[in-house]
This record gives sequence, C-alpha cells and structure tokens, in this order.
Amino acid sequence: MKRRSIKDARGEGALFRRRALVGFALIVVSLGLLMARFAYLQVVRHDEFVTRSQNNRVKPRAIPPARGLIYDRNGVLLADNVPAFRLEVVPEQVKDMPALLAQLGRVVPLDHDDLDAFAKQLKQNRRFESVPLKMHLTEDEIDRFAVNRWRFPGVDVVPYLTRRYPLGEAFAHVVGYVGRIDADDVDRLDPVRYKGTSHVGRSGVERSYENTLHGQPGYELVEVNADGRTQRVLETHAPTPGSNLYLSIDSRLQRAAEAAFEGRPGAAVAIDPRNGQVLAMVSVPTFDPNLFVNGISQVDYNALTHNPDKPLYNRALRGVYPPGSTVKPLVGLAGLETGFRKPQDTVFSNGVFYIPGQSRGYRDDVRGGSGRVNLMQAIEQSVNTYFYKLALDMGIDRLSSYMAKFSFGRPTGIDLIGEASGVLPSRAWKAAHSREPWYPGETVIAGIGQGYWAVTPLQLAHAIATFAGHGIPYEPRLVMATQQGMDAPRKPLPNPPSGPSVIANPADWDAVNQGMQMVIYGAKGTGRALSAGFPYLMAGKSGTAERFSRTTSAYDTNRNTAYLASRHRAWFVAYAPADNPQIAVAVLLESGAWGASASGPIVRKILDVWLAEQGGVLAGATRLPAPTAATARPPLPATTPTDDEEDPVAPLPQGDTP
Amino acid sequence: MIEVLYVRGRRFLRRIMTRPRIDLPLATGLLLLAFIGLVTLYSAGDGNLALVGGQAGRFVLGGALLLLISRIPPQVLRSWTPWLYAGSTALLVVVAVLGEGRGSIRWLDLGVMRFQPSELLKLTMPMMVAWYLHPRRLPPGWGDIAMVGLLIAIPAGLIAEQPDLGTALLVTAAGTFALFLSGMAWWRIGVLLAAVGGMIPVAWHFLHQYQRDRVLTLLNPESDPLGNGWHIIQSQIAVGSGGIFGKGWQHSTQSRLDFLPEHTTDFIFAVFSEEFGLVGVIALITLYAFIIGRCLWIAMEARETYSRLLAGAIGMSFFVYVFVNGGMIAGMLPVVGVPLPLISYGGTSAVSLLVAFGVLMSIHANRKRHA
Repeated sequence: MKRRSIKDARGEGALFRRRALVGFALIVVSLGLLMARFAYLQVVRHDEFVTRSQNNRVKPRAIPPARGLIYDRNGVLLADNVPAFRLEVVPEQVKDMPALLAQLGRVVPLDHDDLDAFAKQLKQNRRFESVPLKMHLTEDEIDRFAVNRWRFPGVDVVPYLTRRYPLGEAFAHVVGYVGRIDADDVDRLDPVRYKGTSHVGRSGVERSYENTLHGQPGYELVEVNADGRTQRVLETHAPTPGSNLYLSIDSRLQRAAEAAFEGRPGAAVAIDPRNGQVLAMVSVPTFDPNLFVNGISQVDYNALTHNPDKPLYNRALRGVYPPGSTVKPLVGLAGLETGFRKPQDTVFSNGVFYIPGQSRGYRDDVRGGSGRVNLMQAIEQSVNTYFYKLALDMGIDRLSSYMAKFSFGRPTGIDLIGEASGVLPSRAWKAAHSREPWYPGETVIAGIGQGYWAVTPLQLAHAIATFAGHGIPYEPRLVMATQQGMDAPRKPLPNPPSGPSVIANPADWDAVNQGMQMVIYGAKGTGRALSAGFPYLMAGKSGTAERFSRTTSAYDTNRNTAYLASRHRAWFVAYAPADNPQIAVAVLLESGAWGASASGPIVRKILDVWLAEQGGVLAGATRLPAPTAATARPPLPATTPTDDEEDPVAPLPQGDTP
Repeated sequence: MIEVLYVRGRRFLRRIMTRPRIDLPLATGLLLLAFIGLVTLYSAGDGNLALVGGQAGRFVLGGALLLLISRIPPQVLRSWTPWLYAGSTALLVVVAVLGEGRGSIRWLDLGVMRFQPSELLKLTMPMMVAWYLHPRRLPPGWGDIAMVGLLIAIPAGLIAEQPDLGTALLVTAAGTFALFLSGMAWWRIGVLLAAVGGMIPVAWHFLHQYQRDRVLTLLNPESDPLGNGWHIIQSQIAVGSGGIFGKGWQHSTQSRLDFLPEHTTDFIFAVFSEEFGLVGVIALITLYAFIIGRCLWIAMEARETYSRLLAGAIGMSFFVYVFVNGGMIAGMLPVVGVPLPLISYGGTSAVSLLVAFGVLMSIHANRKRHA
C-alpha cells in the first residue's frame, strides 16, 4: 500500500463533493426533461390522446396466412384448403365467460378439448382479439346459432380455411395431418406468427415442413362498434401464404403399393437410388387423416387405437423388425470390401454350422446343406453357412462398422419426425444394453440378419438404394420442391450425397449385383417366381425372419401357411434395372409365411406400376427379349412354399423376445 | 459455543430493533414510494389483493434485509467486496452454462425459487469499482480507468449475452458512475465518450434483431402495430389522456381494457400517469429526485473513498431506472425491460433495491463526525 501514502484524503473529499454536485445537477436536468415530455403529452397533446383513448376502437386484427398446398410429383393434389365456419369469441365483450360458455353449450355443443384449448388461448391473446371456440360448424349448428345470436354479444361465426386430404388414407402416413392448436402448442409456437391461426401440422410432412407450409400473417386495422363487432376495415396488409410442397412420391405408385397389401399389416418403401427421392412409402393398415383435422370424435379415435393392427402406427418409419436374409448381400459385400473373401471363394454347406470348439449347431437353409457355394450362389440360394462363416471370420467389429455405412442402427435422416433407429448389433450396443459380454454365436447369427439386428422398412430400403446406387448415400427425401404461390416456378430442394461412395471396389458391386440377379433369374434363386414378364433386369433378395424362438418341435412338422405366417416376418427387397438401377424397393409383411412368396409379389406389383409410370421404357438399361413360350416359366402360386424356399433361422434361445 | 452465538445473535437483533441506524429522510422517502407502489399496483392489477399482498410481503422482506445490512459496517462490506463480486460473476457463468428462461437465459433454478444472478451485479458492481479505486490515488489515470473498464466489461458482457440489455445497461451505469464520482478528469471523460460514440455502429451490428427492431420501432411506432409499436402507442395514449389531474384512482381505461401491455410491471408508470395526471407524475419524479439527492448527501458525508463512491453510485443508478423506465413510457426511449423502482410488480427488483439502500444506511451510520 505504498500509493496510499500519497493519497490526498482531503482533496479527494472535495473532488467527490464537486462531482456529486455536478452529477446531481445533471440528474435534475434529465428528470426535468422527462417531466417536460410528460407535460407535452399530458397538456399539449392531451386533447388528441383523450380522443384516441375514447375512440380506441380501431384495432389491429391478424389475418392468418393460407397454408401451403401439398402435391405429388406429378401435381396431384394431396392436401387442400377448403372454406369452413367456426365460432369465435371476443373476450372483451363478454362479462361472464363461464356463464356464456354454459349457455352457448346448449345451443352449439362444446366438448372438453374445445374448452381447454379456448381457455389456454384466452390467456395468451389480448382481450379484444377473438379466440376460436369451436371449429368446423355444421349447417345445423350455424343455423341454430344465427337464431340465438342476439343472446351472445362478442360471439360470432367466422369463415376460415380448413384442411382436406383428397387421397386420404393412401397418404395418411406420409402427408400426415394438421390438428387444432391445443394448449401445449400455444406454449411452443411463436404467438405473433400464429396469431389468428387455428391449426398446426401434427404428423408427417405437415409437421416436419410446418415452417415452410405456414406463411406470415398479415393484419388489418378494423373499426369496431361498442359491441366489438367490426364496422369497417380501414387498412389491409395481406398475409404471405405458406409455400406449396411437391413430394417426390408418385400417387399412382403409392396407391398401387397400398392396394397390393390387400389390408395385410406391413410396409413398403421405394426410393430412387440416384437421388434419394422416396417414390412410395406405405404403411398398412392406414386411416383417414381427415378425421383428425377438426378434432376426431371419441368413437372414431377408440376404433383406431383399439384396432389390433394399429392403423395409426407408421410401420415404414417406426416399425423395427429383424432384417433376416435381406442383409446377406450387404454382409457379402462387407466380406469383399474388407478383403476377407474373393467372389469365387467357396464354402461347403452341409446343413449345420459349428463354431470351432463349440457344440451348438446353426442350421442351414436346406436340410443336408447346399454343397459347395461361392458368394453369388450363396446369395442366390440364401445359404446361411456361407454367411455364418464369413461373419465369424470378419468378427463383429468389422461387420458392424461396415454395416453402419448403410445407416443401420441410426436414423436415415428422412425429412419426417420420429424415425426409429433400429439396432445394428455391435459390442458397443450390447455393452450399453446388457451386462453380458459379446458371444461369438451372436456374431454368427448377425451374419444372417438375426439376433439383435432390427431395422425399419425405411432403413432397409435406404440401404438397398444406397447399394443399388453404387454405394453413394443419399438421405431419403419426401419433398423434392417448394413453390411460393400458384404461378411461381417450382424450386427444387437440393439433396447432395451425404458422403462419398461406401463401396471402394466396383468389382465388389458387380459380384453382389450378380448374386442378387441370380435370386430372380437363377435356377435355384429364392425369388425366381418373380422373373416372368418384366422387360428389364431385376435384382433382389428375400428374407424371412422368425418372430419367436422355437420352443417346441411343432415348427418342424407344421408346414401350414397360416401357422408359419403367424411366426414369420416376410421381407423382399429389390432394385431395377440391375444394369442401371433407378428404383429400390423394400417390402415387409408383418405376418407373411415366406419372404419371396408373400412379399415378392408386392414388390413385383410396385415395379410393374412404376415401369408403366415411366412409359414402359427406361433409358440406359438393357431391355430383355420378350418371353417366348419356351422360356417363360409360369409364376409359382404365391401361397405354396416350395422345398427350396429358404428356411428361417431362429435367434439364439435368449427368452421369447420377438 | 452455540450459546455464545445465540447470545450474540440476540444482542445483534436487539440493537437493530432498539437503535436502528437509519437515515430518517431516506427511510421516509422509501416508505412513501412503497406506499404509492402498492396503491398503484392495486389499481393496475384490477384490484387483485393477492398481487398487492405478495408485493407487500416482498417489501417487508426487503425492509428486514435493509435493517440487517445497515448494521454491517462499510469496512466489513469492503473486505467482502472482491468475494461478492467474484461470486456473482461466477454465478453469471453458471447461468450461461445451465440457466433456464424463456427466450433469453437469465434464471437459475434453485428448486424453491428462481433466481436471477444479474440482479446481484447491480450492487456488487459499484462495490467492486469502489473497492478497486479506494486505495488508489485519485483522480484515476488511464491505467486504473482501463482496469475498471475491464471489471465492468466482464459481467456486463455476460449479461448482454443472455441477452438482457436492460440489466447490462444498469450494471454498466452503476460501475461507470463510481468512476465518474472518483473524479476522472473531464477531458478523459470526453475522450471516452467520443470513443463510445464511435463504437455505436459496431454495437448496432452485434445487437439481436429484436433489439434493433425495438429501436427502429421507436422512430416509427406505426410500422409495427402487432408488436412493440403497439406498446409505445398505447402507452402514450394512456399517459396523454391522463391530462393534468388524471382520470382518478382505478379509472385507467387503457389498462382496464387491456390496451396496455405488462401494466403491472414495466408499464405501470403509464397506469400511474393516466390515473394521477401530470400532477402525480411531477410529485413522483420529485420524490425520486429527493431520494437520489439524499443518497448523494449521504455519500458526501461518508468517511472514506469506498463508502463515498459506493453510496454515490447507488444513488445515481437509481436515477437510471427512473429515467429509462419513464422515457420508455413517454415514448422517448426504446422498449427495454427496466422496472420502475419500488412501483413495478416484481420481487427480485424490490428486494435487491432495498438491500442496496441497506448499504446506504450503513454508510450513513458510519459517517464523518462533524466537529
């Protein structure tokens, strides 16, 4: 504290005194200015403000923007705005709100949801701003209110635009639906942007593109009378409508895909491997989204939630199923890419595979085995032993790190909310979910898509599309373009590849592609029933996954289709044309007896309709010669399993988890 | 041991009760202000007694803290200062990391209550600047000015980042006033003001869009009739229609009809102006001027530099509240969330202000003895 010695305490005191006086003088001057400003407002402009205060009847009123429309890729309308009427209340005009609601409820029925949302919005809004009370009035309700209107000052019937989904069920899981803004939304949404808006996207594209579909509100200055009823509009500032969306989905393909399921629970996803555009995305059964727009009735809602097939559940996006044999081509690809196999390397299949030194056997496709097979034959005939051994040789770490490149075990990044991640078996995943260590047996069954492995139909379609597109990954996209206003040009949404190709060596792609073509065209191919009549090369793979562990011997003796269907998930994946892939499809039937015979025909129907939509001619692909009587093979009856139909393999006995 | 503490504690409390070391003129001013605040709140809150009761409860709590702090000698406060400053700044960092709040992050959830650490800085900031300048040779040179600038900039930057421009402004003002009162040479003040003026375009660049909008809206309120422009217009209608004598207590139509936003908190002055007119406004501003003047008087009477600077800075920052809030109500300044001291509804503000006045009482009790 050396400096303290030269502090001049007396001088500092005097200095402070001067400063404090100067400061106080400045403060007095500033406060004087403030008073002068109040005097100016309260004396000079008093008359003006008194008039404005008394005539404070000019109020801004928000004009909600029209919601953007949704079209399919060909301009077919999927979500439309149609006029309707609703009941609105201006709180300022109502002396006793509970009494009013009680009386009003006798004229126009009001349910709990109406009242809850109303109460919440009442708190958010200014008292002179009208709050919607009941949506979508029927003619009858409008008439009854009109007769009683004199009893309810501050309550009015107001026209508005509501949403309609012309194709309803076919797009319920893709387009989704809007719902009435409820109490929770009020907390979440920007109150200025949603002023005057009654609906918000609840699911599907309506939800994930809410920001694009919802425009900017405008406002008008209106003069109101003592009852708060609008007398005239003084000024209007038009709202900016939301942008229209164009989906990459083809509505005809979508409807054909849905129809092909014939109501059986399942899902189908078709993706263009060249750009990630989703061409069809179906989850069966489905529901009518129009029911939700103006509040679904309790009866309708119960019918949907109590339906054992869960129509509200988006199987394509959220359903997780073991992929089974459908991942074998990708496992084979992993073997080639990591250098553990060459395409011509063979493995001997004798019906049962043993891990060296262990007694537990892993069953093969065909009793007695398929003999000596190379990669292409192993894919063609779905030979388990080949992939058991390959997985064991590679080890789980290499296998799962290569498979991760195809988005297994994580969301694909599609432009929808709520996508399931599925499970890609790995040491890390198991360590996070179990105390048990990783067992070699789990590696073995991971090689054939069983065990912990779980995928969504979207994930599998995305993986097959990524492969078909020579390994270049695109995140799946439903919306391909936006449009600001009816006459504006469509603005494409860019979707660049999310990374470099995941396939290093083109020869590896060729080998797996050949194997997948043999599934359709080979003499022993599991999907050979699908080949007839399609003018371009297809490539595919079947998959049949067991839902339960085998606990009795009933499985070995009971070949009844219905019994098997209750135990199996049937998959089929395919892409076409095999020499220049332009579509990749994955189909899942929740209860299908066999992958190829149950799901294969659905894939074929999707491909047929898709080809017809392209005009029947594809650029850059070899056209097959028209079938002649000698070469054409009659398609196998879809319901009859054949002997060489692949045999599903049970997960390790670890409890009866599906 | 416990008994000793108990006895001491009782003696301490008894001394507070029997010989409160308070300055009567200042205390009278504050009591009057609190009374006006409750009366206005009753009207602005549509006769909601729970609202008024809650506020009264906070005044009682704040008053108790005032009495308690008035017993702590300024020397003790001075020795605590660096820790208080460091602690409150550290809390700001904690808020930045895990605070919660709507839109901007200001609050810290303590389980029982939510707490806004930036409020603490309104007091610890002038304390710290006074502490720093206390042993230095005054008037301060560039080195000390730079150091004080740093002490102000760190917490003020953290608060502005939340973003809470109103509080950042008040905290900065409190620190700057201490520097001003320390006798910083006028030419240096001129240089600094010129530099700050030159920085305004740069600062504009760093403002959030909503903050810029508020300034722009002030220049042309009619451009934003659904947002802040509406607030400004309605507030001026309320003030202007009050006239010279006002519409009378509980006769504010602007707030009753909900034309006026936030009429119990930031815009309560507009309700007051509408009901009590220019006469009421002049009386209220005069009362504020009296309180500020009394604070500066106490500061001049103080024994050493620390107390002087601290008391002066507290008094002058009280002025900033009044000016910024009044300016906003009268449409002179942009809409900034600064409450009208002891009138606006809100617990943290009332309690923290009364705590600051407790410090002033303590400084008053330890004033110079005149010969």
